[in-house]
Amino acid sequence: MASTSITVEETAERGLLLARADDALVLGHRLSEWTGRAPLLEEELALANVALDLIGQARALYQATGLDEDALAYRRDASGFRNALIMELPNGDFAVTMARLFLVSTATDLYWRAAVADELLGPIAARAEKETAYHVRHAAEWLVRLGDGTAESHRRAQDALDLLWPYTGELFEPAPLGPDPAALRPAWEAAVAPVIARATLRRPADGWMQSGGRSGRHTEHLGHMLAEMQVLPRTYPDARW
Amino acid sequence: MYSQALNTPTKLADTSPEATRFQDRIDAEERIEPNDWMPEAYRRTLVRQISQHAHSEIVGMLPEGNWITRAPSLKRKAALLAKVQDEGGHGLYLYAAAETLGVAREELVDQLLSGRAKYSSIFNYPTLTWADIGAIGWLVDGAAIMNQIPLCRCSYGPYARAMIRICKEESFHQRQGYEIMLTLSRGTAEQKAMAQDALDRWWWPCLMMFGPPDGQSNHSDTSMRWKIKRFTNDALRQKFVDATVPQGHYLGLTFPDPDLRWDEAAGHWRFGDIDWEEFRRVLAGDGPCNRERLAARRQAHADGAWVRDAARAHAAKQHAKAA
Repeated sequence: MASTSITVEETAERGLLLARADDALVLGHRLSEWTGRAPLLEEELALANVALDLIGQARALYQATGLDEDALAYRRDASGFRNALIMELPNGDFAVTMARLFLVSTATDLYWRAAVADELLGPIAARAEKETAYHVRHAAEWLVRLGDGTAESHRRAQDALDLLWPYTGELFEPAPLGPDPAALRPAWEAAVAPVIARATLRRPADGWMQSGGRSGRHTEHLGHMLAEMQVLPRTYPDARW
Repeated sequence: MYSQALNTPTKLADTSPEATRFQDRIDAEERIEPNDWMPEAYRRTLVRQISQHAHSEIVGMLPEGNWITRAPSLKRKAALLAKVQDEGGHGLYLYAAAETLGVAREELVDQLLSGRAKYSSIFNYPTLTWADIGAIGWLVDGAAIMNQIPLCRCSYGPYARAMIRICKEESFHQRQGYEIMLTLSRGTAEQKAMAQDALDRWWWPCLMMFGPPDGQSNHSDTSMRWKIKRFTNDALRQKFVDATVPQGHYLGLTFPDPDLRWDEAAGHWRFGDIDWEEFRRVLAGDGPCNRERLAARRQAHADGAWVRDAARAHAAKQHAKAA
């Protein structure tokens, strides 16, 4: 049988849209994995809310490419995905999940603010920014609770920051089109530092940074995630759902 | 989803002036509110019923949650995630409604995790294919609506009000589930087979959701007198069958019941005997997924303990700083 994969002809515009869409979808999918597993019922609802916002953003961005949103989500191989690596890392414990949401959303929020004036991204950015601002607030509150909570939660929160930090560099890699992520780095530093301090955590040192997601060279984790996510459309390529 | 009629019989011998006034208010269709006098047995019955209902919502997130990461399109993924989130929300309102009767959520959750509390037996069945997500919406939520619409007029105010909101969301879920079934039954041969297989597996357990037949349900009289319950199990079950059978036929599916036939004179669909032995067995803990469901809830609770501890410790520190 022929492969069920598609290859996308990537223009600069599509590359930009796919990077942002894949970020949102992959992180949204990861958060949706928390369903039924959250540490408290209120958080069950909050995590689902954030996941729904992100999946909604992904759909709007995929649709803006002019291609079929489901073909993009369900028929590309891992190497066709353009998300930053931090999005695809497994959820880990609640500290890893919240620390990632905080680091990523803080960067994304700045990006959407810068993108509001962008011709291609503007309309999507305006809506996404409002949602992302809430994600930042929610995740920051949790990071503070965990960092400042008990000895165990402090240790877990610090471990989470240490684990994730080498993946943050990729969030600011220059892009050929749209707002320049590299220019957002100082504002990100300024937003992240006081929350880490309030959480009584230590900001990890900037060493070697992971990279590769934007060009399709991913971690080992994305393939597993996609194998699960794409199973039905890949198994029944003629079906409509 | 919904709570199943599982309540045990209660004594009703109170002839005190308060008890008489209470029953008069119920008979006059007045709502009982949290601070009003109420018989202890009424309070206990409600705590049990509302908390069983809340637990059912929470455990009910698991079988559907099983397909969130494999939903076959982005639209379906978002809809399913939103639906499961709604169920968590229903659990939250219902625990809050139970708390108005003087019991803490933690205590109720503890009853669930220790296996002392019941939840709807339907969630002890597995979701094996995507069509199960359609079948749950169509049939399980359809059955839930039959049970819950009368509860919107339940004599206890907080429960009745919670139910109004829940019913609106459930009827949306039911339509969404039916639409999944419709898409599958108009789809490829494999999709049609999936839809039929889901109906085959879910039909009988859904009929059991209404609880034991009226002759064996000895608590009904009291609950009906208190207007917690307004229709008998059998009446609701018949209403569900009458509404659902034509929907199944429109899908082109066959119900797994050779005795199913239209009774022209009565204006009802007559159905075969329900396997009450299976119902009792699943309720007692021996269903396909009872152990897994409870284990999943316990695992989530245990894994989250350090998070809840952290939140409490941080709040205490903030409080100390403010003092």
